Amino acid sequence: MSDHEHSNCRALLGSLSDYVDGTLSQELCAEIEEHLSDCQNCHLVVDTLRKTISLYHQSAAEAGEVPALVRERLFRVLNLDDYIRH
Amino acid sequence: MIDSKPEISIEALKSGDRDEFSKLVDGYSGMIYRLALKMIGNHADAEDVLQNTFLKAFQHIGEFEARSSLSTWLYRVGANEALMLIRKRRPETVLSEIGSEETEQEDFYPAQFTDWCCLPEDEFLSSESKAALDQAVRHLPENLRIVFILRDIEGLSIQETGDALDLSETNVKTRLLRARLRLREELSKYYSERLKKRRQE
Repeated sequence: MSDHEHSNCRALLGSLSDYVDGTLSQELCAEIEEHLSDCQNCHLVVDTLRKTISLYHQSAAEAGEVPALVRERLFRVLNLDDYIRH
Repeated sequence: MIDSKPEISIEALKSGDRDEFSKLVDGYSGMIYRLALKMIGNHADAEDVLQNTFLKAFQHIGEFEARSSLSTWLYRVGANEALMLIRKRRPETVLSEIGSEETEQEDFYPAQFTDWCCLPEDEFLSSESKAALDQAVRHLPENLRIVFILRDIEGLSIQETGDALDLSETNVKTRLLRARLRLREELSKYYSERLKKRRQE
Protein backbone atom coordinates (compact mmCIF):
# COMPACT_ATOMS: atom_id res chain seq x y z
CA MET A 1 0.00 0.00 0.00
CA SER A 2 2.81 2.41 0.76
CA ASP A 3 5.09 1.76 -2.20
CA HIS A 4 2.85 2.64 -5.10
CA GLU A 5 0.64 5.47 -6.18
CA HIS A 6 -2.81 3.93 -6.04
CA SER A 7 -4.94 6.56 -4.35
CA ASN A 8 -7.71 3.99 -3.97
CA CYS A 9 -5.67 2.14 -1.34
CA ARG A 10 -6.50 4.74 1.30
CA ALA A 11 -10.16 4.81 0.35
CA LEU A 12 -10.22 1.02 0.57
CA LEU A 13 -8.77 1.01 4.06
CA GLY A 14 -11.85 2.65 5.59
CA SER A 15 -14.16 -0.05 4.21
CA LEU A 16 -11.94 -3.04 5.03
CA SER A 17 -13.75 -4.20 8.17
CA ASP A 18 -17.15 -4.07 6.48
CA TYR A 19 -15.67 -5.83 3.46
CA VAL A 20 -14.19 -8.75 5.39
CA ASP A 21 -17.35 -8.98 7.55
CA GLY A 22 -19.45 -9.18 4.37
CA THR A 23 -21.60 -6.19 5.35
CA LEU A 24 -20.62 -3.90 2.49
CA SER A 25 -23.01 -3.08 -0.36
CA GLN A 26 -22.62 -5.10 -3.55
CA GLU A 27 -21.58 -2.00 -5.44
CA LEU A 28 -18.75 -1.15 -3.03
CA CYS A 29 -17.66 -4.79 -2.92
CA ALA A 30 -17.32 -4.80 -6.68
CA GLU A 31 -15.23 -1.61 -6.55
CA ILE A 32 -12.96 -3.10 -3.91
CA GLU A 33 -12.58 -6.37 -5.77
CA GLU A 34 -11.65 -4.53 -8.92
CA HIS A 35 -8.98 -2.66 -6.99
CA LEU A 36 -7.72 -5.84 -5.30
CA SER A 37 -7.29 -7.60 -8.63
CA ASP A 38 -4.84 -4.88 -9.59
CA CYS A 39 -3.10 -4.15 -6.27
CA GLN A 40 -0.94 -6.85 -4.75
CA ASN A 41 -0.31 -5.06 -1.45
CA CYS A 42 -3.98 -4.41 -0.77
CA HIS A 43 -4.75 -8.00 -1.68
CA LEU A 44 -2.17 -9.15 0.83
CA VAL A 45 -3.51 -6.83 3.54
CA VAL A 46 -7.02 -8.20 3.02
CA ASP A 47 -5.78 -11.83 3.16
CA THR A 48 -3.69 -11.33 6.30
CA LEU A 49 -6.45 -9.29 7.93
CA ARG A 50 -8.91 -12.12 7.32
CA LYS A 51 -6.41 -14.59 8.74
CA THR A 52 -5.82 -12.36 11.79
CA ILE A 53 -9.54 -12.20 12.58
CA SER A 54 -10.00 -15.93 12.03
CA LEU A 55 -7.11 -16.76 14.39
CA TYR A 56 -8.81 -14.76 17.16
CA HIS A 57 -12.16 -16.40 16.46
CA GLN A 58 -10.42 -19.76 16.77
CA SER A 59 -8.72 -18.76 20.03
CA ALA A 60 -12.09 -17.72 21.48
CA ALA A 61 -13.63 -21.07 20.63
CA GLU A 62 -10.80 -22.80 22.51
CA ALA A 63 -11.15 -20.67 25.66
CA GLY A 64 -12.06 -22.82 28.65
CA GLU A 65 -14.47 -22.57 31.53
CA VAL A 66 -13.91 -20.67 34.77
CA PRO A 67 -11.44 -22.78 36.81
CA ALA A 68 -13.15 -24.72 39.63
CA LEU A 69 -11.37 -22.84 42.43
CA VAL A 70 -12.15 -19.46 40.89
CA ARG A 71 -15.81 -20.48 40.63
CA GLU A 72 -15.81 -21.65 44.24
CA ARG A 73 -14.33 -18.36 45.52
CA LEU A 74 -16.83 -16.41 43.42
CA PHE A 75 -19.77 -18.25 44.96
CA ARG A 76 -18.37 -17.62 48.45
CA VAL A 77 -17.92 -13.89 47.81
CA LEU A 78 -21.54 -13.74 46.63
CA ASN A 79 -22.78 -15.63 49.70
CA LEU A 80 -23.92 -18.49 47.50
CA ASP A 81 -21.78 -21.11 49.29
CA ASP A 82 -24.65 -23.58 49.36
CA TYR A 83 -24.72 -23.66 45.53
CA ILE A 84 -21.03 -24.52 45.04
CA ARG A 85 -21.70 -28.24 44.63
CA HIS A 86 -24.53 -27.77 42.11
CA MET B 1 -17.73 -16.54 21.46
CA ILE B 2 -21.41 -17.26 21.92
CA ASP B 3 -22.03 -19.63 24.83
CA SER B 4 -25.41 -21.24 25.29
CA LYS B 5 -27.08 -19.38 28.13
CA PRO B 6 -29.66 -20.67 30.61
CA GLU B 7 -33.13 -19.10 30.73
CA ILE B 8 -33.00 -16.49 33.47
CA SER B 9 -36.03 -14.78 34.96
CA ILE B 10 -35.27 -11.09 35.48
CA GLU B 11 -38.26 -10.87 37.75
CA ALA B 12 -36.86 -13.62 39.99
CA LEU B 13 -33.45 -11.91 40.05
CA LYS B 14 -35.05 -8.62 41.05
CA SER B 15 -36.96 -10.30 43.86
CA GLY B 16 -33.68 -11.70 45.24
CA ASP B 17 -34.20 -15.35 44.27
CA ARG B 18 -30.90 -17.10 45.16
CA ASP B 19 -31.54 -20.08 42.86
CA GLU B 20 -31.83 -17.68 39.96
CA PHE B 21 -28.69 -15.79 41.01
CA SER B 22 -26.69 -19.01 41.11
CA LYS B 23 -27.96 -19.87 37.61
CA LEU B 24 -26.93 -16.41 36.45
CA VAL B 25 -23.43 -16.83 37.87
CA ASP B 26 -22.92 -20.27 36.35
CA GLY B 27 -24.33 -19.21 33.00
CA TYR B 28 -22.49 -15.92 32.60
CA SER B 29 -19.27 -16.07 34.63
CA GLY B 30 -17.30 -17.73 31.80
CA MET B 31 -17.75 -14.80 29.43
CA ILE B 32 -16.82 -12.22 32.07
CA TYR B 33 -13.73 -14.16 33.15
CA ARG B 34 -12.61 -14.46 29.52
CA LEU B 35 -13.19 -10.75 28.92
CA ALA B 36 -11.19 -9.84 32.03
CA LEU B 37 -8.35 -12.21 31.22
CA LYS B 38 -8.03 -10.88 27.66
CA MET B 39 -8.22 -7.27 28.87
CA ILE B 40 -5.71 -7.64 31.71
CA GLY B 41 -3.74 -10.81 31.02
CA ASN B 42 -3.38 -11.73 34.67
CA HIS B 43 -5.39 -14.44 36.43
CA ALA B 44 -5.53 -12.80 39.87
CA ASP B 45 -6.75 -9.47 38.47
CA ALA B 46 -9.20 -11.23 36.15
CA GLU B 47 -10.66 -12.97 39.21
CA ASP B 48 -11.06 -9.59 40.97
CA VAL B 49 -12.90 -8.24 37.93
CA LEU B 50 -15.11 -11.34 37.86
CA GLN B 51 -16.05 -11.01 41.53
CA ASN B 52 -16.63 -7.25 41.35
CA THR B 53 -18.76 -7.63 38.22
CA PHE B 54 -21.16 -10.04 39.90
CA LEU B 55 -21.18 -8.10 43.18
CA LYS B 56 -22.18 -4.98 41.19
CA ALA B 57 -24.68 -6.96 39.14
CA PHE B 58 -26.33 -8.25 42.33
CA GLN B 59 -26.43 -4.75 43.83
CA HIS B 60 -27.80 -3.08 40.69
CA ILE B 61 -30.05 -5.71 39.14
CA GLY B 62 -33.02 -3.57 40.20
CA GLU B 63 -31.86 -0.92 37.71
CA PHE B 64 -31.71 -3.35 34.78
CA GLU B 65 -34.39 -2.22 32.32
CA ALA B 66 -34.03 -4.90 29.65
CA ARG B 67 -33.30 -2.27 26.98
CA SER B 68 -30.31 -4.46 26.20
CA SER B 69 -29.92 -8.19 26.83
CA LEU B 70 -28.74 -9.49 30.19
CA SER B 71 -25.41 -10.55 28.69
CA THR B 72 -24.82 -7.12 27.11
CA TRP B 73 -25.61 -5.52 30.48
CA LEU B 74 -23.15 -7.84 32.24
CA TYR B 75 -20.50 -7.15 29.60
CA ARG B 76 -21.01 -3.45 30.30
CA VAL B 77 -20.48 -3.96 34.04
CA GLY B 78 -17.49 -6.26 33.39
CA ALA B 79 -15.87 -3.87 30.89
CA ASN B 80 -16.17 -1.00 33.38
CA GLU B 81 -14.67 -3.10 36.15
CA ALA B 82 -11.75 -4.18 33.94
CA LEU B 83 -11.04 -0.61 32.84
CA MET B 84 -11.23 0.64 36.44
CA LEU B 85 -8.75 -2.00 37.55
CA ILE B 86 -6.35 -1.12 34.72
CA ARG B 87 -6.53 2.55 35.77
CA LYS B 88 -5.88 1.61 39.39
CA ARG B 89 -2.87 -0.50 38.46
CA ARG B 90 -1.32 2.18 36.27
CA PRO B 91 -2.45 5.53 37.70
CA GLU B 92 0.48 7.34 36.08
CA THR B 93 -0.71 6.42 32.59
CA VAL B 94 -3.29 8.59 30.95
CA LEU B 95 -5.66 6.12 29.41
CA SER B 96 -7.57 6.87 26.27
CA GLU B 97 -11.14 7.39 27.39
CA ILE B 98 -13.75 5.06 25.96
CA GLY B 99 -15.70 8.00 24.57
CA SER B 100 -12.73 10.15 23.53
CA GLU B 101 -12.23 11.63 20.08
CA GLU B 102 -10.45 9.57 17.47
CA THR B 103 -6.85 10.28 16.59
CA GLU B 104 -5.39 10.67 13.12
CA GLN B 105 -5.45 7.79 10.67
CA GLU B 106 -1.74 7.48 9.95
CA ASP B 107 -1.00 5.33 12.99
CA PHE B 108 -2.82 2.35 11.54
CA TYR B 109 -1.77 2.58 7.91
CA PRO B 110 -0.36 -0.83 6.86
CA ALA B 111 3.42 -1.17 6.81
CA GLN B 112 3.86 -4.96 6.84
CA PHE B 113 3.48 -6.74 3.52
CA THR B 114 4.63 -10.29 4.11
CA ASP B 115 2.22 -13.05 3.15
CA TRP B 116 2.25 -15.34 6.18
CA CYS B 117 -1.09 -17.03 5.50
CA CYS B 118 0.85 -19.82 3.76
CA LEU B 119 2.44 -21.01 7.03
CA PRO B 120 1.47 -24.59 7.90
CA GLU B 121 -1.49 -24.94 10.27
CA ASP B 122 0.62 -26.37 13.14
CA GLU B 123 2.40 -23.01 13.30
CA PHE B 124 -0.87 -21.28 14.28
CA LEU B 125 -1.73 -23.94 16.85
CA SER B 126 1.50 -23.72 18.88
CA SER B 127 1.42 -22.31 22.40
CA GLU B 128 3.98 -19.71 21.34
CA SER B 129 1.65 -18.55 18.59
CA LYS B 130 -1.28 -18.33 21.01
CA ALA B 131 0.84 -16.31 23.43
CA ALA B 132 1.73 -13.95 20.55
CA LEU B 133 -1.99 -13.46 19.81
CA ASP B 134 -2.74 -12.60 23.45
CA GLN B 135 0.25 -10.30 23.69
CA ALA B 136 -0.77 -8.42 20.54
CA VAL B 137 -4.22 -7.77 22.03
CA ARG B 138 -2.70 -6.49 25.25
CA HIS B 139 -0.56 -4.04 23.26
CA LEU B 140 -3.68 -2.34 21.91
CA PRO B 141 -4.77 0.86 23.65
CA GLU B 142 -7.61 0.06 26.07
CA ASN B 143 -10.29 1.83 24.03
CA LEU B 144 -9.49 -0.32 20.97
CA ARG B 145 -8.82 -3.48 22.98
CA ILE B 146 -12.23 -3.57 24.66
CA VAL B 147 -14.04 -3.08 21.33
CA PHE B 148 -12.00 -5.83 19.65
CA ILE B 149 -12.54 -8.30 22.52
CA LEU B 150 -16.30 -7.76 22.63
CA ARG B 151 -16.77 -7.88 18.86
CA ASP B 152 -14.19 -10.34 17.56
CA ILE B 153 -13.51 -12.58 20.54
CA GLU B 154 -16.84 -12.57 22.40
CA GLY B 155 -18.80 -12.33 19.15
CA LEU B 156 -21.13 -9.43 20.00
CA SER B 157 -22.72 -7.55 17.11
CA ILE B 158 -21.66 -3.99 16.33
CA GLN B 159 -24.86 -2.74 17.97
CA GLU B 160 -24.41 -4.86 21.11
CA THR B 161 -20.79 -3.71 21.41
CA GLY B 162 -21.99 -0.11 21.15
CA ASP B 163 -24.68 -0.74 23.78
CA ALA B 164 -22.18 -2.32 26.18
CA LEU B 165 -19.72 0.55 25.82
CA ASP B 166 -22.07 3.49 25.23
CA LEU B 167 -20.60 4.07 21.80
CA SER B 168 -22.28 4.84 18.49
CA GLU B 169 -22.11 2.15 15.80
CA THR B 170 -19.84 4.41 13.74
CA ASN B 171 -17.47 4.72 16.66
CA VAL B 172 -17.45 0.96 17.25
CA LYS B 173 -16.68 0.35 13.57
CA THR B 174 -13.86 2.89 13.52
CA ARG B 175 -12.23 1.41 16.61
CA LEU B 176 -12.72 -2.12 15.42
CA LEU B 177 -11.01 -1.34 12.12
CA ARG B 178 -8.06 0.27 13.92
CA ALA B 179 -7.76 -2.61 16.34
CA ARG B 180 -7.87 -5.19 13.55
CA LEU B 181 -5.30 -3.33 11.45
CA ARG B 182 -2.94 -2.93 14.39
CA LEU B 183 -3.25 -6.60 15.24
CA ARG B 184 -2.58 -7.50 11.62
CA GLU B 185 0.63 -5.44 11.80
CA GLU B 186 1.73 -7.11 15.04
CA LEU B 187 0.95 -10.61 13.82
CA SER B 188 2.63 -9.89 10.48
CA LYS B 189 5.86 -9.03 12.32
CA TYR B 190 5.66 -12.17 14.43
CA TYR B 191 4.76 -14.56 11.61
CA SER B 192 7.29 -13.01 9.20
CA GLU B 193 9.97 -14.02 11.68
CA ARG B 194 8.49 -17.49 11.96
CA LEU B 195 8.44 -17.75 8.18
CA LYS B 196 12.14 -16.78 8.01
CA LYS B 197 13.06 -19.32 10.68
CA ARG B 198 11.17 -22.10 8.93
CA ARG B 199 12.92 -21.32 5.66
CA GLN B 200 16.32 -21.48 7.37
CA GLU B 201 15.54 -24.85 8.99
